[in-house]
Amino acid sequence: MTTGSAKHEIRLNINGVDHDVIVDARRTLVDAVRDKCGMTGTHIGCEHGVCGACTILIDDEPVRSCLMFAVQAQGRKIRTVEGLAIDGEYSPLQQAFHDHHALQCGFCTPGMLMLSTWLVERGTPVDDEELREVVASNLCRCTGYQNILKAVRSVLDGDKP
Amino acid sequence: MSVIGARVKRLEDRELLLGEGRFAADYTFEDQLYMRVVRSPVAHGVLGEIEIDEALALEGVIAVWTGRDIAHLPPIDFRLTKIQDLPLCRQHVLVQDKVRYVGDPIAVVIADDPYVAEDGAELVFAHIEELPPILDATASPGEFVPGVSTEPAVVEKSYGDLDAAFAGAAHVFECEFEVGRHTGVALETRGANVLYNADSDRLEFFGAAKVPHFNRLAIAGMLGLEPEQIHLFEGHVGGGFGVRGELYPEDVLCCYAALELKRPVKWIEDRMENLMAANHSREQVYRLRAAVDETGYILAVDNEFFTSQGAYVRTHGATVSDLSAAMLPGPYMVPAYRAKGRVRLTNKTPCGTYRAPGRYESTFARERLVDVIAHRMGIDPVEMRRRNLIPPELMPYSRGIANHGTPLVYDSGDYAKLLDRLMDYIGYDDLRAELAARRAQGELVGLGLGYFVEKSGLGPYDDVRVEIAGDGRIEVITGVASIGQGVETVIAQICAETLGVDYQTIRVTHGQTDRIERGMGAFASRVTVMTGSATADAAGQLRTRLIETTSERLQLPSENLTIVDGWIRPIGETEGPSMSVGDAAAAYLDDHGGQVVSVEATFEATHMTYPYGIHLAIACVDRETAGIELERIVVAYDIGRSVNPTLVEGQIAGGMAQGIGGALYEEFLYTEDGQPICATFADYLWPTAQEVPDIESIVTEDAPSRTNPLGIKGAGECGINASGAAIASAVGQAIGDPGAITRLPISPLRLNEILNRSL
Repeated sequence: MTTGSAKHEIRLNINGVDHDVIVDARRTLVDAVRDKCGMTGTHIGCEHGVCGACTILIDDEPVRSCLMFAVQAQGRKIRTVEGLAIDGEYSPLQQAFHDHHALQCGFCTPGMLMLSTWLVERGTPVDDEELREVVASNLCRCTGYQNILKAVRSVLDGDKP
Repeated sequence: MSVIGARVKRLEDRELLLGEGRFAADYTFEDQLYMRVVRSPVAHGVLGEIEIDEALALEGVIAVWTGRDIAHLPPIDFRLTKIQDLPLCRQHVLVQDKVRYVGDPIAVVIADDPYVAEDGAELVFAHIEELPPILDATASPGEFVPGVSTEPAVVEKSYGDLDAAFAGAAHVFECEFEVGRHTGVALETRGANVLYNADSDRLEFFGAAKVPHFNRLAIAGMLGLEPEQIHLFEGHVGGGFGVRGELYPEDVLCCYAALELKRPVKWIEDRMENLMAANHSREQVYRLRAAVDETGYILAVDNEFFTSQGAYVRTHGATVSDLSAAMLPGPYMVPAYRAKGRVRLTNKTPCGTYRAPGRYESTFARERLVDVIAHRMGIDPVEMRRRNLIPPELMPYSRGIANHGTPLVYDSGDYAKLLDRLMDYIGYDDLRAELAARRAQGELVGLGLGYFVEKSGLGPYDDVRVEIAGDGRIEVITGVASIGQGVETVIAQICAETLGVDYQTIRVTHGQTDRIERGMGAFASRVTVMTGSATADAAGQLRTRLIETTSERLQLPSENLTIVDGWIRPIGETEGPSMSVGDAAAAYLDDHGGQVVSVEATFEATHMTYPYGIHLAIACVDRETAGIELERIVVAYDIGRSVNPTLVEGQIAGGMAQGIGGALYEEFLYTEDGQPICATFADYLWPTAQEVPDIESIVTEDAPSRTNPLGIKGAGECGINASGAAIASAVGQAIGDPGAITRLPISPLRLNEILNRSL
């Protein structure tokens, strides 16, 4: 038997809903969320923790879900892009991304949204330097970042569309 | 209000924002199998026995195949710019005899779980007798593999009397410039999920991109299927940039496996595979000679350049070299010109196109040359450019050579006017003085620019079918593809403008080979021009049909009717007799039968259309670290007519970010034995929000296209074209030696060497 292939029954709480799944110990959290729980909104870009496409919130902190095993997330509060909108109504960040043309292909978008959701919810002042530093955690290949920065800034500033 | 030209929001966004996108990896089917590719660990060698028994014995592994199992499949053919048909230049889907680069596919493992497929791949062992790799594209030609030269093609173009120009020149300049190997690197890696549908006896390929119609026929041909036995379906695509969506070995292997095993087979490459197996690009060396008169007017350019093609010639054939050769003269007169582009095989990942292929590189070489001439002759670099620009009265301007298989004719442009606009915008004289003052204070700061001509709207055709149902639902079915650039929004805008309806009521379909017979796909900044023009035509015909139907029903002359906000009514009136477009469609269907009112149109183009622009950079160099800070980036671009300025600016900003990557950070480096050492994102550095400044753009509409009725030109590649040129120019001025930067990317290591030499 391959190392890490022993099966574990775990319960993942994603966006407030429990998912009982069986995973091998080596299964990454992002693979479990996508393949076992069927929630494909979270994307995989590099699987080595650089690109941030798989960023989700665990206990309200941003985490690279490719760098964590599913078994490590048991009992934690997992939040993904699918949990942002309420009854189809965009969250303020989703609305701002739409308003500011902050996405093109949309592949980095879920990770960017979760990262900036954390920043907005943190509730402490964010200057432009810190905003750039935080957004620089994740990679985007389409937008050149400026519209992402504008979108997040508008929510931080409480702008109304 | 006109919806063409309006900053309307994208139709594409909702699914993507909600996490409901359908990217290649998001499809999973019942009975799903997973494919993993075993790749060559060496750059060059003779492939011997491949041990597969251990892998086959692993629980969950369904099949292991090597080159022997698929020896009957032909190598992958060219899609564009075919070169002399040398089958040995083309890539088999699995290596038949010799491995030619690190990453060359030598076997596949199919398993019922992706982790198990990787386990199985680890257990496959290939015996390879290593050979020394060929890595230098400028070395004298030799044998690459038996029967194939390292120089399988030479692209030649020329016009004017070159010898006379050099004989009569006041000055002759010789320079060598080099652009490093880098590529598009979309955030979504390549992938496919192929299933065999027994009910309809057909293969269904999910995860298609860029050129689904072409790939459908190509795969059918390779597997011996009738075209109707395979259909490709494009979902969301996480970036294309020329790389994603070309036909690769893995696509064919997935189809083959699904057909053999009669189960869905999914293949999602990992990032390391992506960085060593998907097309690389760029890596060119230019040796330029210029004949110049006493005023700085360039009389002739002689251009010999080398393209490190990598180990195989893939679908793009000699496209990059062809574009490099045709586009090097750019916006300047250059009355005599000769290009000799040498395509060279090397034991590296095969190359293809990457956003502004052949222009990012040739613009860099040309604009560096212009800076060198200006510097040595003591002419201001802006004035030097102005003296050489093609004047507007010569438009349309033919160079008498071919470009991408079409006659190279700049259809419209006022190049000097755009330069004036940019200089006004930045306040050039004051800015120049300000930078000179900062340099006098010891700062290493400089301004650089690059002028470029783009090409867009490659034909030969695109078809569109516009349909309206009796309930008013409108669908535009196209043969193009979406790679994230906003196709649906832009095509809906054009349809809405012509038809007189809200663009948000229009659904745009793309990349579905079962919905429209043929389609060219998304490349060469062609979609808005080609499909947009066909859409305007079809929507115009549909408009006429709906108005005529209304005319009959309401007993009003059709020439007095118009469509506003989806209502057909007399021109200038807001009340009184009217019909909604849906009711008019229902009435038409009552009379003529059918489910939808459908109109088809084709737009054909024998010439491309040529937008143009200028990139300007201000760079500051840190003397201690050789780090480069981009203080300011400005892009001026004439697009002829802009369908959605917000999306155009988005293309500019995104292209520029990639251009900054190629100029300063991104490069695939190899060891002496051909091992790639930039196969992770820790080593292949792509710009983050920290490295990309806010990009200012000036989009003008001075020169509408003369190749299409809407007057539009493409936007896809204008952000990247001259970015390397402008940044290199700025860094050169910053360090007080305008000709110093001859190679991209300008890594700190290289810049440090230059600084040590020149300061």
